[in-house]
Amino acid sequence: MTEGALGKTYSSGELIVRQGDEGNCMYVVQAGELEVVREEHDGNVRVALMNAGDIFGEMSIFERELRSATVRALGEARVLSVDKKTFLRRIQEDPPLAFNLVKIMSHRIRRLTEDLATLKAKTSPPAPRANGQERRSGRDRRHGGGRRSGVDRRASAAGRGRNA
Amino acid sequence: MSESLVQLLASEGINLPTEVVERGIEAYMLHMDVGSVRIRTPSEEKRIAGVFRGNGPRGSERSLRVGFDRYLLELAASSRVRVIRSLVTRVGWHEDRPEIEHGGGRRASYDLVALAAGVNSQLLQNGCEAAPAYTFPGTLTSFISEFHLGQAAIQASLGDAMHIFLLDLPRLEFAALIPKGDYVTLCVLGHDVDETVVDALLAAPEVRRCFPGGKVPQMACHCFPRLNVRPPAQPYADRLVWIGDCGVARLYKDGIGSAYRMAKAAARTVAFHGVSAKDFEAHYLPTCRTMNWDNTLARLVFMSTTLIQKLRPLRRGVLRMTSTEQANREKFDHMSSVLWDVFTGSAPYRDVLVRSCHPGFIASLTWNLVAGNAGALAGKRYGDGP
Repeated sequence: MTEGALGKTYSSGELIVRQGDEGNCMYVVQAGELEVVREEHDGNVRVALMNAGDIFGEMSIFERELRSATVRALGEARVLSVDKKTFLRRIQEDPPLAFNLVKIMSHRIRRLTEDLATLKAKTSPPAPRANGQERRSGRDRRHGGGRRSGVDRRASAAGRGRNA
Repeated sequence: MSESLVQLLASEGINLPTEVVERGIEAYMLHMDVGSVRIRTPSEEKRIAGVFRGNGPRGSERSLRVGFDRYLLELAASSRVRVIRSLVTRVGWHEDRPEIEHGGGRRASYDLVALAAGVNSQLLQNGCEAAPAYTFPGTLTSFISEFHLGQAAIQASLGDAMHIFLLDLPRLEFAALIPKGDYVTLCVLGHDVDETVVDALLAAPEVRRCFPGGKVPQMACHCFPRLNVRPPAQPYADRLVWIGDCGVARLYKDGIGSAYRMAKAAARTVAFHGVSAKDFEAHYLPTCRTMNWDNTLARLVFMSTTLIQKLRPLRRGVLRMTSTEQANREKFDHMSSVLWDVFTGSAPYRDVLVRSCHPGFIASLTWNLVAGNAGALAGKRYGDGP
């Protein structure tokens, strides 16, 4: 890591955020690779890998929830933190500042929806083939029921998976 | 570049590459005649970027590094912006559009012209033909010089910290040494800074101690640039808007950060409302007014730093209070956060003023004034003593 490097340098395996901790900032990966791990009762599940330019922990900027996953460095990594206070103060003055975050979160929701659909397709029994009405209901069930609850469920999944 | 700007750019997806950042700064070292104290970043990470505008100091080998301005232009070009590298010599008016004259007589009309010139540019000093209501900003002469020390010497003598000097010297507001790559930049702010002020500063033991062997090396280059300290009367007109030092800028600090804020305010106006003087008056002027009001409060803040400079007992109290706070690594409290934000320009001056009026701040300062001066009489030293 050179003298022109910004942020904080973490060594391999070092934790950047821990699941269950309070969060008051988000992070931007400057260099290296990180893994996002969800600690479950029956072991740890790797949720995602992150590289330079990726942002994580952004949900703590908007809600007062505990960190929902652990993020650790895979090899030496450099991460810049962005304070909640600094960010929210500037959003008040310049609302479009949040656009990049909204775009990232939207992209994540889309990807998690796809993951969820793939997972459900693998684990759910095949829907009974009947008339058109029933087929539509089956498709709705696979995508999380009604339109509104589907969005809610996707948002919930996004929160579980990525609000590290 | 201030801490807040580095963070905001990162959250917008602009991560400054290591080729652009000459050095990441993680702490401030405050030097006074009564002692010095290191003020760490609240998060203990490098969130202040030392960058060079333009080509860097005279004689520097720049083959491996990229200046900040060049980086921004390349970033704009990568977003399909057409960059024309040519010196603008006149901003006039042709029919119903502003007209730019550049490159030795070539002319082109545009729907909108955003003038992002500094106060040292010749372009606007004699007024703007296209906008007679525009008045040139009020300025103050500062001093900037570069010393070539090499990275190893810089790491040993200055480290990853910016060094601020609050010294009781005539006409000096404050001075700073900023490590950047192989160079150290000296910035001097004050009232009509000239060679006398600079010589007195460089002769001060607090400054000499920061250089290897206690000797101030030869300057690689130096200049007396002017700073914007009073805004122009009307930094906008029909199809014209002034951004950066030629428009409204933060007093003394965070010049790039304030240009970024004003540029975004102008862009919002243009994108959502229009390019007429009325549009800028309704949607750009409020941001200008907010910054101007903050600059008015900044004058109060800097009056208090002048008081610290002038009154030795006050300096002892400030030193004791800051070093006590810094000794407690869990806290980044009253004086540390106030000094941090004054010298980094990370927070609005209004916030700094509000925090310095907090009863806890006043009580703590009062106690430290008493304890610091009583301690000094008993021969006790605080911080990294003189």
